[in-house]
Order: sequence, then C-alpha cells, then structure tokens
Amino acid sequence: MIIQIDHLVKRFGQNEVLKDVSLSVNKGEVISIIGSSGSGKSTLLRCINLLESYQSGSIQFEGRDILSSIKGINSYRAQVGMIFQSFNLFSHLSVLENCVIGQMKVLKKSRAQSEKLALETLEKVGLSQFAKTSVMTLSGGQKQRVAIARTLCMEPKVLLFDEPTSALDPEMVGEVLNVIKSLAHEHRTMIIVTHEMSFAKEVSDRVLFMDKGIILEEGTPDQLFNHPKEERTKEFLARFRTQ
Amino acid sequence: MITILSKIPSDLWGASAYIFSKYAPLFYFGARNTLIIALSGTIIGLIIGLGIGILRALPVYDYDSKLKHSIVKSVRFITSIYVEVFRGTPMMVQAVFIYNVFLPVFKNAKLFAGIVIVSINTGAYMAEIIRAGIQSLDKGQNEAARSIGMNNFQTMLFIILPQAIKNAFPAIGNEFVVNIKDTSVLNVIGVTELFFQSTTVAGIIYRFSDTFFVTALIYLFLTYSTTLVLKYIEHKMNLGGFDGPQSQTTPLIKAHYVEKEKTS
Repeated sequence: MIIQIDHLVKRFGQNEVLKDVSLSVNKGEVISIIGSSGSGKSTLLRCINLLESYQSGSIQFEGRDILSSIKGINSYRAQVGMIFQSFNLFSHLSVLENCVIGQMKVLKKSRAQSEKLALETLEKVGLSQFAKTSVMTLSGGQKQRVAIARTLCMEPKVLLFDEPTSALDPEMVGEVLNVIKSLAHEHRTMIIVTHEMSFAKEVSDRVLFMDKGIILEEGTPDQLFNHPKEERTKEFLARFRTQ
Repeated sequence: MITILSKIPSDLWGASAYIFSKYAPLFYFGARNTLIIALSGTIIGLIIGLGIGILRALPVYDYDSKLKHSIVKSVRFITSIYVEVFRGTPMMVQAVFIYNVFLPVFKNAKLFAGIVIVSINTGAYMAEIIRAGIQSLDKGQNEAARSIGMNNFQTMLFIILPQAIKNAFPAIGNEFVVNIKDTSVLNVIGVTELFFQSTTVAGIIYRFSDTFFVTALIYLFLTYSTTLVLKYIEHKMNLGGFDGPQSQTTPLIKAHYVEKEKTS
C-alpha cells in the first residue's frame, strides 16, 4: 500500500465537497475516478497532492502522515506527480527547460544528468525534436505530453492525472491517452480522474464512482461498467452511453 | 545685461534657439542631473519594489504554522502602510519633509537627496506593479511549481518572478518616463535638475515663456527617446516566445521555430 486515505473531509466554506472519503492505493495500481462534475473527484486528487488542505481525516504516504512535517511537504510533492487539466507548463521556459528545472532545483541533479533524463523522457512522449522550442508554440496535445514528461522527470512514485484530456480538442485526445496507456503498462501507480469511459475501462485495475463527495461504488472495470450495483452509477453510465 | 536682452529675437522659435545656444551648458547640466536622478531612482525603486512586492504577494497555506500566518499578516500590514503613504502623498511634500528631517546629511549632497527621495517614492509604485504582475499570473503556474516539489522561494524565483517582471516591464518602463518628468519637483529643495536650471536661466534674462519652451522640448526629447528605447527592448523580449492568442491547433509559428533550430 502506497497511499492510505482515511475519513477525509474537505469543505469550501459551508460547502462540504468531500464527505468522509477513505481509499487505499496499492503500489503499481491504476485507479480511475469517474463521476459527474462537482462530485469531488478533482478535489480529492488535489488534496492528495496538498494543493488543497482538508479539514479532517488523514492521508498517509508510505506509512507516514503527509502533514507530519511541514518541511517534508515539498519532498513529498516531488514524489507524487500531478498532471493538470490546463497543462500549466512554465510558459517562459523551453520544452527541455520545463523538464530540467525541477530536477536541478528540487532534486539537485547536475544539468548534464537532468538534460539526459529530460531528453529520454521527451523521446518517450514523442517530442524530443521540440526540446529547444518554446512551449507557447505547441498544440494542446503536445503541451499535455510535455507536462507528462515534466512530471515523469521527477521520477515520482505516484502519478495523479486531473482530467488530462478535458481541455483538448477531440482529435488530440488520442495522443495523450496513448502516452498514459503506455505508462499504465509500466505498472506505475496512477490515479486518473477522467471522463473518458472507454479509456478508464481499458487501463484501470480499479474504477471508483464518486457522487456528492463520497465514493459511492468501486470495483474492477468489468464490475463497475457492466454490472453497476448503485442506482446513481447506472444513471450516470446510461447518460454517457446515450451521448 | 541690456545688450544681451536686446539681442534676443522676438519670435518664440528664434528666441528659444538663441537661449538654448547661449545657455546650453546650464541646460545640459540640468538634463544630466535629471537623468541621473530618474535612472538611479527608478533602478533603486525597482529593487525596493521587488522586495516589498514579493513580500506582499507571498502565499501562505492552511497547513502552514500559526506563526507563519501571523508573520505574513503583519508583513502585509506594515508594507501596505509604506505603499499607501508614498502613493497617497505628493512627491513634492515627501521631498521637503525627508530633506529637512535629514538636513545634516542632505545639505551638501542634494543630488544624493534627490535620488533617495525618488527611490523611496518609486519603490512604493513599483511594489504595486510587481505585486500586480505576480497576481496576474495564472495560479496554475504556482500549482505546477509546487506540484514538482518546489518551495515558495524557488517557485517565486524561478517560475513566478521571471514571468511577472516580463509582464510588468511596460509599467516599469513607464515609471522611468514618469520619473524623468517628476524629478522637476525636486527644485523645491534646490536640486540642480533641469527645472531648477531653467528657472536660473529665465531669471537671468527675464524671459520665462521662451526659456520654458526650451525646457519643455528638452523634457520631451528625454521622455520620447526613452520611450523608443523601452519599446525596442519590449519588442526584443517578446521574441523569446509567441505570446499572442493561442489555439489548440498547431500554429504556423511552430514550423518557423523548428526551421530556426535546425539552421542554428
């Protein structure tokens, strides 16, 4: 078990976004989280990476509470990579520098070492020919692949994907999903918040359905997509099929 | 004296040309001091503004300690007093006040006094410019930097500031242009800048409109050429990347970029 979430509660003012969420993530497991917007999927992911604080409950990473040391938060974050819906590439840096800066400043690696890994990783996402390019000139799909490469360069133990294809034009979704699929085949630990149902079905070991701040149902892709138990899950999936 | 006065042409352009050629060294000396004060005041003001602006924009998160929360709160309060006081009062008043408070130091160092006053005043404006530049950035930049493990200091230094300063550059440059003009208020404490020198010239020949027409032209020359230089730098800075509206379909400029990389 790499991440253990216990009774997590998150409120924005009066609005309770996460109500008592518990979840264990095993090493090498690929988990997809589905659910309608406002169900708390993204908030859960952002809590795991501490981009949001939470009011009660706990999150343990490799057996240690992630809040046990304020100083440890940054090194914890370096081990838990996050890929954002809106890419959030560092727009003043080139593609290569986006992948290098974290390695040099956070992991304190040499420039030569950092560039080597960065180029290898960019090769993997099919963008090494753009290494020296400014990120502003890339297409959305390319930007998201750079963002994935930037995160991979930190050699994180867990990858969090926050709707990685929601901001993309339809014809660019495929290239990004293919990269994520290849990562899933490497048995990396990943939590993916997504609206791409067939993708979730294909790559996940486990699928969670979130509704109104709780994990309403979870199971293997086959259980959840083909034999959902809860009424809400059926409704949600039916809406997707008719679309 | 009478002979000089009788030699001045009666039309505005003629008189101005005469005054300028006759008193060029005085105007030159004033313009030089004006530029020295404006330039050093802007640079020192920018340094002050960077410090204060960063302090004011420093983020604090729920999981940070209570102590850190209260430190950040008091820093914001104290810096806001500085910013509001110096933005909310005329520089002329600040000049007279500061000059007289530190009279023993400034009495024989008026140029220095001028630089100090303009720096402090500019620092307050720069702090707001830098803070606005930082806060105008997408919060995703901050989140992405933190998510790869950067601490607040690294995030600010390597991710936020380079972009904030670039965005704020036009406003920073504008402060320099404003300072070239606003140093004229320093004549109240007797700094020998361009306005002070003009008063001296006008006093010698009793021709105020003609003299100050020359003065206006010199100020205009200084500000306009500064503006051109700043525009040029801005243009150069924007070549680093394409900043225009983005579409998700690959823009043409990319092809251009790849070509350029290959040839270099």
